[in-house]
Amino acid sequence: MSNVNDATRSTVDDAEIRRFSAMADEWWSTTGKFRPLHKFNPTRIAYVKSQLCQHFGRDERSSSALDGLTILDIGCGGGLLSEPLARLGASVTGADASATNIEVARLHAASSGLTIDYRATTAEAIADSGQTFDVVLAMEIIEHVSDIDLFIRECARMVRPGGLLLVATLNRTPKSFALAIVGAEYILRWLPVGTHSWHKFVKPSELIDALEAGGLNVLDQTGVSFNPLLDRWSLNPRDLDVNYMVLAGRVD
Amino acid sequence: MSDRFDVIIAGGGYIGMTLACALRDADESIAVAVIDPRPMDSALRDGRASAIAAAARRMYVHLGVWPEMEPAAQAINEMIVTDSRLGDSLRPVYLTFAGAIRDGEPFAHMVPNGIMVKALARRAADLGVAILPPAAVSDFKVEPGEVKAQLSTGQSLSCRLLVAADGVKSRLRALAGIRTVDWDYGQSGIVTTVRHERPHDGRAEEHFLPAGPFAILPLADDAEGRHRSSLVWTERTKTAEKIISFDDFTFRLELERRFGHHLGDLEVAGPRNAYPLGLKLARDWVKPRFALAGDAAHGIHPIAGQGLNLGLRDVAALAQVLVEARRLGLDIGALDVLERYQTWRRFDAFEMGVVTDTLNRLFSNDFTPLRALRDLGLGIVDRLPSLKQRFIGEAAGSGGGLPRLLRGEAI
Repeated sequence: MSNVNDATRSTVDDAEIRRFSAMADEWWSTTGKFRPLHKFNPTRIAYVKSQLCQHFGRDERSSSALDGLTILDIGCGGGLLSEPLARLGASVTGADASATNIEVARLHAASSGLTIDYRATTAEAIADSGQTFDVVLAMEIIEHVSDIDLFIRECARMVRPGGLLLVATLNRTPKSFALAIVGAEYILRWLPVGTHSWHKFVKPSELIDALEAGGLNVLDQTGVSFNPLLDRWSLNPRDLDVNYMVLAGRVD
Repeated sequence: MSDRFDVIIAGGGYIGMTLACALRDADESIAVAVIDPRPMDSALRDGRASAIAAAARRMYVHLGVWPEMEPAAQAINEMIVTDSRLGDSLRPVYLTFAGAIRDGEPFAHMVPNGIMVKALARRAADLGVAILPPAAVSDFKVEPGEVKAQLSTGQSLSCRLLVAADGVKSRLRALAGIRTVDWDYGQSGIVTTVRHERPHDGRAEEHFLPAGPFAILPLADDAEGRHRSSLVWTERTKTAEKIISFDDFTFRLELERRFGHHLGDLEVAGPRNAYPLGLKLARDWVKPRFALAGDAAHGIHPIAGQGLNLGLRDVAALAQVLVEARRLGLDIGALDVLERYQTWRRFDAFEMGVVTDTLNRLFSNDFTPLRALRDLGLGIVDRLPSLKQRFIGEAAGSGGGLPRLLRGEAI
């Protein structure tokens, strides 16, 4: 893909590009290391799309439903969520503290023919710049940050009036210890051992307190549960014991 | 014309054209192209006819192509199955399938292939499908984010997903390195059209003769109001080749020995062709940015008239999987998206391959104890209404896990 080279030649040499493109292949391989995330992805995208369509009055069946919405994806990784949202028409900014992830994500977006504003930066830095978005996403990220209240406050600052903040994370319950740590890391080997530390998981009440402290109203919450028999994830509003998402909005 | 598409479909027959219509009907932002080495009008000269099951007809109604097919369509109101030897003056009827699966909806219609493809191609063009000038896909290469297809004309195209709908001898399947499980029956199906003196009243007949099934499928009357039927006449391949090379008189004599005289005088009204019959199942249906549909994925024995409907079920399932993925902003060429289609369809096709294979082995012989046994089996099926309803349901393509289009709904 010549245009990929053109876009990155100035900052990265050829050997680096090969290394990044091998990593991009790894991020985007549906059978490799990130398979669990690929399995999980359609379920969370379906939720994001349906909530955004309801909130902003868009047609859920349209494949350009998010046209013109500005979205910030914090902790975007290789772009597994940023790309689908960009394909649906949103102007996506993807932020990740890892410069390697950002390079990988840029490379893949170029081969997908998508324009995404990827930045190797932190939520705090963007918030300090004063930029705001229609939607801020913090998906599977807060269980890795050191100060949740501070992080949520920074995220909330970037939500424009009338906009949304969606947070997805893991609950701190005996069940999540059994499933997300023992099950996913030690038994199923979905994730490398040490990916998560259970004590950093967040109870919904703690998250909701942080969101409200940031000046947002909670609009919806749902659990996401895995059915091992069907090998499928699905939304489950009654079970927030393991994976769950909370949607909050800033009043106009 | 642009050389970048979301989906390129190799094969402009009814499978490829139906898929193109289904995709554009559901989402007009999908850029779809159809390419075929044969010029479009060659399909119109296909003298064969196909049975469109009720579910497939519902899809065609939804896609807006049925009105153009309907005047040439003949409803199958009744189907009888017999087990007989050549020269049996009386053919005991073991199984009758009468009438509608729902009020006023026959379980199948016979539609001439040429008319079907013409209606689909016209609708595809109306829906904004790019129907490319005749060319073969001579090679393709999967790259990050796209497939590059090299055409026999030297042109090159790119797309997110390449679909092979290029028939049982699929060239693209071979290029993709997908292997098949093959079984040659040593049988060929002689296909032709006959005119007959008396009306068929929409009755289809399948006679299990020792050499294999002999099917009489009712066609709509021709422009002069003459009654017609389509024939699928199975013989050992060597015999079949001999039979189609007979002069008209001898051919008609051989035909009458099998057809019988219940519809009055017969007259052969179309070209006769013999098609070798085999079972061919693709081991994989998908690869990254590549999918098989229709006969390219499964060539089965025509004994139950299921090949086309099996292919249309592929189309309805693939279109639904792709459109749903697109609505989530997913990459429609990604393997995990395409695997949903494979999981949905592969077992059904395998099962149908096995069923038709078993039926054919059971019936294409003259071994007396087996004849007695299979006749008992057919007789039992005929006397058990619930089992029979399931058979009709299967034959009409309304089994479980139906894609939305086959229920007559939008994706």
